[in-house]
Order: sequence, then structure tokens, then C-alpha cells
Amino acid sequence: MSDVDGPADPPSGPADALGALGGESESYTLTVNGRSASVPAGWLGESLLWVLRERLGLPGSKNACEEGECGSCSVFLDGLLVCACCVLAADAVDAGIVTVEGLAGEDELSDVQHSFVDSGAVQCGFCTPGLVIAVHDLLDRNPDPTELEVREAISGNLCRCTGYGRILEAVRVVRRERAGA
Amino acid sequence: MRSSTGTGTVPRERGRVTGGVGDSARRPDGAPKVDGSFAFSSDLWADDMLWGRTLRSPHPSARIRSVDVERARRIDGVVAVVTADDVPGSPCFGLEHRDQPVFAHDVVRFHGEPVAAVAAVHPEIAARACEAIEVDYAELDPLLDPEAAIDADPIHPDGNVVRHLRIRHGDVDAGGDVTVEGTYELGMQDQAFMGPESGLAIPDDAGGVDLYISTQWLHVDRDQVAACLGLPTEQVRLTLSGVGGAFGAREDVSLQVHVCLLALRTGRPVKMLYSREESFLGHVHRHPGRLWYRHHATADGDLVKVEARIVLDGGAYASSSSAVIANASCFAAGPYRMPNATVDGYVVRTNNPPCGAMRGFGAVQACFGYEAQMDKLAAALGVDPVELRLRNALAPGDSLITGQVIRGTAPVREVIEAARAHPLPPDPDGRPEVLLPGGTGLTASRGDVRRGVGFAVGFKNVAYSEGFDDYATASVRLEEGVDGEPVATVHSAAAEVGQGLVTLAQQVVRTELGVERVILRPADTSIGSAGSSSASRQAWMTGGAVQAACNAVKETLLRRVAGAHGVDVEGARRQLLVVRDGWVTHVEGDLRLSLVEALDGRPVEQVSVYRHAPTTPLDPDGQGDAHVAFVFAAHRAVVDVDQELGLIRVLQVATGQDVGRALNPVQVTGQIEGGIAQGVGLAVMEEVVMDDGRVRNASFVDYLIPTALDMPEVAATLVEQPEPGAPFGAKGVGEPPTISSTAAVVAAVRDATGLELRRVPIRPEHIALAAGSGADGT
Repeated sequence: MSDVDGPADPPSGPADALGALGGESESYTLTVNGRSASVPAGWLGESLLWVLRERLGLPGSKNACEEGECGSCSVFLDGLLVCACCVLAADAVDAGIVTVEGLAGEDELSDVQHSFVDSGAVQCGFCTPGLVIAVHDLLDRNPDPTELEVREAISGNLCRCTGYGRILEAVRVVRRERAGA
Repeated sequence: MRSSTGTGTVPRERGRVTGGVGDSARRPDGAPKVDGSFAFSSDLWADDMLWGRTLRSPHPSARIRSVDVERARRIDGVVAVVTADDVPGSPCFGLEHRDQPVFAHDVVRFHGEPVAAVAAVHPEIAARACEAIEVDYAELDPLLDPEAAIDADPIHPDGNVVRHLRIRHGDVDAGGDVTVEGTYELGMQDQAFMGPESGLAIPDDAGGVDLYISTQWLHVDRDQVAACLGLPTEQVRLTLSGVGGAFGAREDVSLQVHVCLLALRTGRPVKMLYSREESFLGHVHRHPGRLWYRHHATADGDLVKVEARIVLDGGAYASSSSAVIANASCFAAGPYRMPNATVDGYVVRTNNPPCGAMRGFGAVQACFGYEAQMDKLAAALGVDPVELRLRNALAPGDSLITGQVIRGTAPVREVIEAARAHPLPPDPDGRPEVLLPGGTGLTASRGDVRRGVGFAVGFKNVAYSEGFDDYATASVRLEEGVDGEPVATVHSAAAEVGQGLVTLAQQVVRTELGVERVILRPADTSIGSAGSSSASRQAWMTGGAVQAACNAVKETLLRRVAGAHGVDVEGARRQLLVVRDGWVTHVEGDLRLSLVEALDGRPVEQVSVYRHAPTTPLDPDGQGDAHVAFVFAAHRAVVDVDQELGLIRVLQVATGQDVGRALNPVQVTGQIEGGIAQGVGLAVMEEVVMDDGRVRNASFVDYLIPTALDMPEVAATLVEQPEPGAPFGAKGVGEPPTISSTAAVVAAVRDATGLELRRVPIRPEHIALAAGSGADGT
């Protein structure tokens, strides 16, 4: 049984219809944000992004290009920053997955999330979950990055609204806060 | 004037409430957008939902001999397949002209034109069903050259010339001591918003449909969908769902009719979600253009006359082309005094992808041309290019080449001086190699890198022009909340697309009513139209509607208080009873009630419609008071160029921008930085590449937009001169950053290389193959 809310069954009809796609998976279990989630049998070709969004009710990871260019679907896979669109869901069995929904406790925001809101780093917000994940990844690895290191770290995350200015400011704020300054 | 560091605030006008007009109030949707709980249209889901998918033409021009959907229909999991024969109402839609078929019927006119749509239980099944639809095309020679299109055989019953706008101003035979001439070209830019087109249509039991959609203007979508479905508008209800950016690309209908048709056909909820590739094919782009200019000036540097011929490629269907060419033509002289003008603007139909609205809307194309000319003129006169601009800068009381006298603010000189005042970045010598052109590729030799500085100024109109009845509707409800505190609720159909209108609406209410807590109802078509979130107009228009609704609420409340407490409010005495800082106060008496006391358990709700001052159409000579107000910005760009490899790094863009008044300085800064990013993109990387009528780079792998490493430092100064007649004096800020930033970057590259560079985006070969070859870097 899944203990993650959301559309537990595939938003789809007869299993034989899916079978027509070829390569039907058996049901399997993913560990997402510290909880185990059962994924019912489905098409084997489903990406981790698809399964998170459409089968486990976790749409926070976004689908802007689905070929690993834009970073909107960034998640942690065993602590590694990956694009969920480029990972087969079935390959993520036995890995610990953390999505934007799992960065802070219920009704809480992480320091990075707070800073994005307070610094004006959010406009349309579509790229935001991926950027928040990428900034967590950077600052956890490197608490005192240079401006260039920040720009490099988020250069795999496309944003079309902000020109990155307020995002860079949000990162500066967290870096200072974490340094206790 | 204020430097925009992101922390500046305007002193609050009224003491008690925080987060009012002038504060950098935080977005109400900020927290849900950072924790992933904000519902974008692509996140929607319904029980028993099907997935829709569009089949598109692989050809730019072809006759359709037949469409056979039987094989697709038989695929297990496919629930419906629809074609042109299944459209029950108007076969065509369109923003200004209903000239675009819902599905191509007899001919296809561009690569990507929809031919059929499928609903299936899984998107992969829907995709395979589209592949199984057999369309027999007879390919035709596509009409691709916009110049040739003017006289070519029409590719559409409405003809090829969508609009020819002719401007004749002053003495058309006037001449100057010095003339400069040039032809300039712009490629096709894509809005490239992050959230792809998506929507969820849910049929009701009475033959109608609810559509949850990301769009810029709910009501024009509704009207087009209803017409194509053959339904009265009441049976088509639209609700805005989370919009992942727009920039003009969501002004036109994309999947709206298709998804509703599939929902009505199947009787089940249907969701459509474009892939990135389909998004590139499925929405309009910025018009590519070719602009010929000749400028005349006196030997002292006073502008005498501009001659221009502007040809924009509108692609296969009209979209908003007629308004885009109006802007390109009306603003063809730039923000300069120009006593005489001869301008011919054409926007034409070709078999290229349809073009329409994108941030800057015609003003971008013209600016690229006239600013190159201003630099040429400065060189011919032997004067500093910035001084030439200052000498000719428009000011209030001057007239445009359309004969319209500027009655509002026009701080052209101020924005130029503000942009120029920012310190230049340090010399390239000390820079780490990764910051040279070529970046982490480390391809640049320091000795080959040349620094350049360029300047450009641009302007455009705010809101709709040429006599369009431009209005916005909003309602405000004031009541006692469950906690005993007053709470205001705002309802409007205005589309929040990322720009921060939701924040501004709250700020307006806080300032007007003195209420801290302001709730925003979802935008939908159950209230009157708010107009589009475009033309930098919503802060003014919906801001004005919300302000007017607040004033109506206050009036109702004060009349109620007057009646209940025997206060005389007839005639001039009405001014003595006021709502201020959340209190109802009688200036002459002891009466002082909190809003909750004044409400006395009965909510007050008012709907207001706001209109800006009327505009007029242009006459046959292109003369008339066609625009309500103008916004100006200047940009100074600094670039390093590796001439050997033709690589460019944009180091800094400094700007002065006319904002009227900054309602939310942090949000204004975000608009400026984001708009400059799009301008930089058009200058050095962004183009939808066409090959014989086919789009060759419909992906983020091949269509490049600036990353954090590409984006220069932005130094911005907000020039605040409140605009008379505008709510709070605010002008709208979204578009000016995009108008002249492109031209400034190109001017900087010209300065670094000495090349003429007549086309954007600049490609490496324009520099590398031109340098030393005697060519001019086309």
C-alpha cells in the first residue's frame, strides 16, 4: 500500500491497453521523502518524473523539457542531484529519493525556500522547485561558494522570468545566514 | 530616482498597514511555489481523465488529399479521434481575425499546423495513435520570403498583406546635411516560457465545459472556444490555473479548442500537455523582420527626417500581427524629436510559423533598426552617440511621428543619464579565464579579446491603442473575518503569469482600505474581462479596477455609517467622513469606528470597471492620438568579444527605466533583470531556425536561452516620475527592459569589432568569418 497521497492508480484505464505499449512492469516500491510508496504495475518506459508526478501525487518536480536540459525536474537520488525526467522510475528502486516536497517538514520551508520567497527570486515559479533543489545541493557541498561557483551550479537550471538576479541574491542570503553572519 | 538594489522601499503613505503600495511586499503565491504545492496547469488531474494529443503537419505547405483515422481509432486505449470535420462551430479562431483553422482541412499552411487530435487513456498511447493517423499530403512550394509575399499569389483567402501601415508626417520632402542608411534583420525569437501549454477540460451534464487553463486573457479564449464549439459563452467557463510564464505566447489560442472538443466528444475530463517540441510548434513567436532606414540630420546633429520600410513576417495566420506592425511603425523613429517621417510598415502572411505577441511587441524590431542608425549618424557627424541621443531626446510636449503630443511624462533624458551614470566593469585583464568569451571551454586567448560598450534607448506604448475599448473589471469584498479582523477579497479575471499582479492587487487594497489581510479568488470568467496580461498594462488597468472597487466599497461603507450614526454627508460634507488606516473617522466629530464596527456584520462588495483615457484610430497618413501613454528605457551594454572564434560575453547591462512609480521595487527589479535576459538572448543566441519552412531547433538543446552563466550583471536605476492619470502614477514595467537591451548589446559588439552586424542574433561566424576578411559581418 502506498502511504503517499495522490492518484495511486495510474490515471488510465484497462491494463491491457497499457500492455499494448509493450514492456509492462510489475508493481514496485520507491522510497520518496523518507516514505515508501508502492507503484502499481504500469508501462516500463515511465520516467521517474512521470511516476512522481502522475502516479504518486508529487507534482512539485516540473516537466519543462523532459530531456535533461532545463533542470526543472531536479531531485536527489541517493543524495545525487539528477533530472528526474532522465531516470527510469524502475531504476530508482532501492534509492532514496528526495523531491521539493520533502525538503522541509509539513507546513515548513527550508532556509533556501524562505530566502527565495523573501528575495523576490520567484516569478512564475515553474523553474523554482528545481532551482531550490540545486541550491540545496550546492550549499550542502560548498557552504561558501564564489559568485562564479553559484552561477555554475545553477547553470543547469533554466529560468525565463528572473534573469537570475534575485535568485543569486537569494543564494547570497542563505550563504550568509548559514555562516552565522 | 532610486538605485534598485532590491532592498529600496518607498516610505509608506499611510502608517498602519504594511505591504501597501510602494513596499516590496512578498508574493502571496511565493510559499506554494517554493514547496511544490502550487498547481500549474500541467499539474491538474481529474478522476477518469484522458490525455489529449495533437497531430501536426510535417510540411509548411501542402494540400491534404485525405485523412484516415480508422487505424488510430482501433488502437486499444484510444477513446476519440477528431479532425476538422468534427468542429461543430466556427472552423476558425484568431485574436483579431478568425483566420486560423482549428484543424487544417484542405490545406496546411505551416510546419506544425494541427490536423487532428486524439484522446487516450495514456499519453504514450495518444502519441502512438497520432502516428497511426494516415494523412495523404500533396506538398506545395511554400511561400517563405516575406518581401515576395507582398505581391505573391495569396496563400489564404484573406490575402497575404495582413496590414500595410503608412505614416506620413511633416514635410516628406525634407532633407538634411547628413544622411545614413542601413538595412537590418531580426530572426524569429521564441518566448520560451518554462511551463508548457497545458489545460484540463471537464464536460458538464448540460453540453457545456469547464476549462482550467494557463493563458493571458481568459475572456478572449472563452469567446474563441465557444465560437468554435458552437456553444453560447455561458456554457464555456474558464478558470486560470497556474501559469508558467507567458511573455506573449499565451495570448493566442493553442490547445484550448482541441481539449474542450475532446472532452465534449468523450464525455470525460481530458488533459492536454505539450512537450517542449510541441510548445515551439504550437504557439506564436516574435515576428522576424527586415527594416530599411534612412535618417537625415543637420550638420549640428538635429534629426530632420526618418524614412523607413519595415517588413515583418507574420507567418501563416494573422494573430496580433496588425497591432505588432502598428507598434513597429508608430515607434519607428525611436524616442527622439523627428519633425518629418515617411514610414511604411508591412506585416505579411507566409508559410512560416505564425507570429504574434512577444514582450516588446513590434517596438523591439524597430529599436534594433533605429538605434543602429543613431550610432551610424553619430559616427557620420563625428559626435558622441550618447550626446546625439540626449540632443534629440523626446520630452513632454513633443510630438511623435504620428502627430500625437506627449501629454504625460517622458523622462528620456533622465533614463539615458541614469544608464550612463553606472560605473563600468573593470578591465578584462584581471579576469579569470573562465569569465572570458567561451567560458569554461577556455577557448579564448586573452590577447584576442576586445572590450566594447554600446548604448541604446527605446520606448513603446502602455496598454491597448488605436481606439480599442480597453478595460478591466475587478470586485472587492470587505467583511469581518472569523478572527474578528477585517478581511478583503479581490476577484478579477486578470491572469497572473509570473509578473506579480497578485502582489500588486493586495498592495492596492491594503493602501486603499487599510486592511492587512487580502484574499485573492481564482481568476475566472464568472466576472467581467480584465483584458490581457500584456502590453505592460495590468498594473495600470487591473490596478485601477481594484482601486476603483476599493473606492466603491469605501463609499458604500461610509454611506452606511452615515445613515447609522446620523452623520450629514450631503455635498461637500461627504469629504469629512473618511476611511483611513483601517478606521472610519469623522473629521469634525468624535466618530471613530474600526472597519469591523463599521461593517456591523454586513459585508460590502462592489464591482468596478476601469478604463484608461480613450485613444483614437490612425488616419490614412498614420496620424492620431493612438496611444494612452509611453514608457522609456535606456540600456548600456558592455561586452568582451573573442574575434577569432566570434564568441561574445556580455558583462554588464546598465539601465535607467521610466517606471512612473515603483509599486513594488523588488518586483520591478525582477522584471528589469528578466526582461534584459530576453533582450540579451535575442542579441547573441536566440533564434527559431527555419529551414525551407521547417523549424529545426524545437528544443532547449538547440534553442538556447541565457543561463546563469550567460547572464550579465544588471545595474538598474528606476526613474520615478508619476504618470498623470495612471493609478498611483505607475506606468507598467514589463516590456521596456526587452526593447533596447538587444540593440545595446549589438552596439557594444560593433564597438568591440568594428563590424556592421546588421542581423540578430549575432552568430559566431558573423564575427569570426568577417574579421580581417573585409566583410562587414552581416
